[in-house]
Amino acid sequence: MDNPTYLLEVKNLCRYFTSGRGKKKLTVKAVDDVSFGVKPAETFGLVGESGCGKTTLGRTVIRLYDPTSGQVIFNGREISGKMTNDLRRYLTENIAMIFQDPIESLNPRMTVEEIIGEGLKVRGVKDKDEIRRRVVEMLEKVGLNEEHATRYPHEFSGGQRQRIGIARALIVQPKMIIADEPVSALDVSIQAQVINLLNDLKSEFGLTILFIAHNLSVVKYFSDRIGVMYYGRLVEVARGDDLYAKPLHPYTRALLSAIPEPNPLVAKAKRRVDYDPERDHDYTHEKPEMVEVEPDHFVYCSPSEFARYREICKRVGKVGA
Amino acid sequence: MAEDRNKNEVILQVKDLRISFRAYGGLVKAVRGVSFDLKRGETVAIVGESGSGKSVSIKAIMGILPGNAIIEGGEILYGGMDLTKLTEEEFHKIRGKRIGLIFQDPLSSLNPIMKVGAQIMEALILSQKMDKKAARIRALELMEAVGIPDVERRFHQYPFQFSGGMRQRIVIAIALAGDPEILICDEPTTALDVTVQARILELINKIKEDRHLSVIFITHDLGVVAQMADRVNVMYAGKIVETGTTEEIFFSPVHPYTWALLSSMPDLETKERLLSIPGAPPNMIAPPPGDAFSVRNRYAMKIDFEKEPPLFKITDTHYAATWLLHPKAPPVQMPEALRARIERMRRAVANG
Repeated sequence: MDNPTYLLEVKNLCRYFTSGRGKKKLTVKAVDDVSFGVKPAETFGLVGESGCGKTTLGRTVIRLYDPTSGQVIFNGREISGKMTNDLRRYLTENIAMIFQDPIESLNPRMTVEEIIGEGLKVRGVKDKDEIRRRVVEMLEKVGLNEEHATRYPHEFSGGQRQRIGIARALIVQPKMIIADEPVSALDVSIQAQVINLLNDLKSEFGLTILFIAHNLSVVKYFSDRIGVMYYGRLVEVARGDDLYAKPLHPYTRALLSAIPEPNPLVAKAKRRVDYDPERDHDYTHEKPEMVEVEPDHFVYCSPSEFARYREICKRVGKVGA
Repeated sequence: MAEDRNKNEVILQVKDLRISFRAYGGLVKAVRGVSFDLKRGETVAIVGESGSGKSVSIKAIMGILPGNAIIEGGEILYGGMDLTKLTEEEFHKIRGKRIGLIFQDPLSSLNPIMKVGAQIMEALILSQKMDKKAARIRALELMEAVGIPDVERRFHQYPFQFSGGMRQRIVIAIALAGDPEILICDEPTTALDVTVQARILELINKIKEDRHLSVIFITHDLGVVAQMADRVNVMYAGKIVETGTTEEIFFSPVHPYTWALLSSMPDLETKERLLSIPGAPPNMIAPPPGDAFSVRNRYAMKIDFEKEPPLFKITDTHYAATWLLHPKAPPVQMPEALRARIERMRRAVANG
């Protein structure tokens, strides 16, 4: 039943938030029946607009939220079940997280050494020199140095703080990193530095990354495969080149057409497509589901849409390598 | 308005503007000699990272600098006045009436406990001296003009009942209430999603055409600049380091900082390693001598660390402040990755 090609497998995962009770009860389906897999040493990008549930999905995988239903399997072991000490240990050893806001996510009253070394302490490393040695080693890996270890987060710039967050995530040598908008709070020139750093570390440690972001150019650059989310659902999953060359789901097309292109002559003439689920789909008779339209290209669609998408794929043909 | 006659008329002129802030550690030199013109009906973009002085410059134009700011020199010429010398009373006649402003964060620029309709009416009553009845009719018109559906119901709602994009539309409606001739947009879409951003940018372009506005557009997103601007000013450490038409900046940039800015973000075709700018922007309490960008500049020469470069002229519209343009400087080509990208852009244009 388990698919050994995937390191992380998410099956029909749901996470609902409820508020109020009785007649006023309101259920928000932040993540609704999402399934995908991430292969070892692969970067899987999740894009979508704010409120589409991409952050909730990442947080549910690492169990910052408990799933409402569905399964998450990591390396052959189910991690979506009841939280036990053993499972918590398994999670913290294998999956780490990098957060969006480098200011909020670092404890202002801890030194950099304490922040980065905390993961080691929790895992039972008692030797102070050992912790110190590994913290310094990690600091150098992320482009900081030994003298930064005794300082506090407020003494650093945004880009440096994000480097500290990356060092903290990597020191426990996790198999997988969940990076939730790691560069969107940073300035343009600093973003490039952090993206390059993540790329270097990715190949050095052979990391598997779940990369969550709203900037489509960055996701395309950084990821092997990309999942597009819309209102809690995954609507399209494909390799980056395929997704951009032949977007099939109308929402993906709308999203791609909205990217401001840094080319003045093209940008001013660009035509934007709108997405309106009421207009673009007719699901009164057919029920949509996630299907594989071509190898490694999944779309959430109904059977008649499926036939149409197949046509498009045939027409466009194979893209890139 | 007689459009053709006014085509090249300069309506706002910033001359050698210098602004510092009193801070704990000394004077922060936020703006260090900025000059630019705004012509009627055009959009000028100001691009730069946070701390480059772009927001401070436009706050000076609006007369909303914080109390610890000192205008050390320069002029902002508008309608025969120097805006740096105006009193607060005199500014009331300009701000919101002849110059409108759209902020980055639509939530904090609206009053949370006042219905949006009333907020637009307030602007109309104050700036146009309308009575309540006329203001109400005009406010509904404005809401429709900025693309808010179901205006009669929305008129009586509070800002929290609006989504980010809709809120920004309300802010635009308020900015338009005074019927301004200059619209200043300070990162109006940074807080918004791409699809919403695209709609707001289209709206700003449309009202600019309809009302023949001049727009100063501040952003750090070069994609947005490409879509909006006629001319671009690139700012770094309180100075304009390169200025030109949008085509000149995107297709033949000459300043190393512009190169870095253009190549530091991936586009959809980028595969190679990104060219990041090493280090961080300088501390503006004690800006480095010479060219402020020199320490992060891989093409820096000895003179860059000693003497500030003047603006060298490339064409009538294209200027850049870098010693690389000096006749005695060694010939330096832009980075290969950027050259390849510009090549791709040209092909994209050729292919339609």
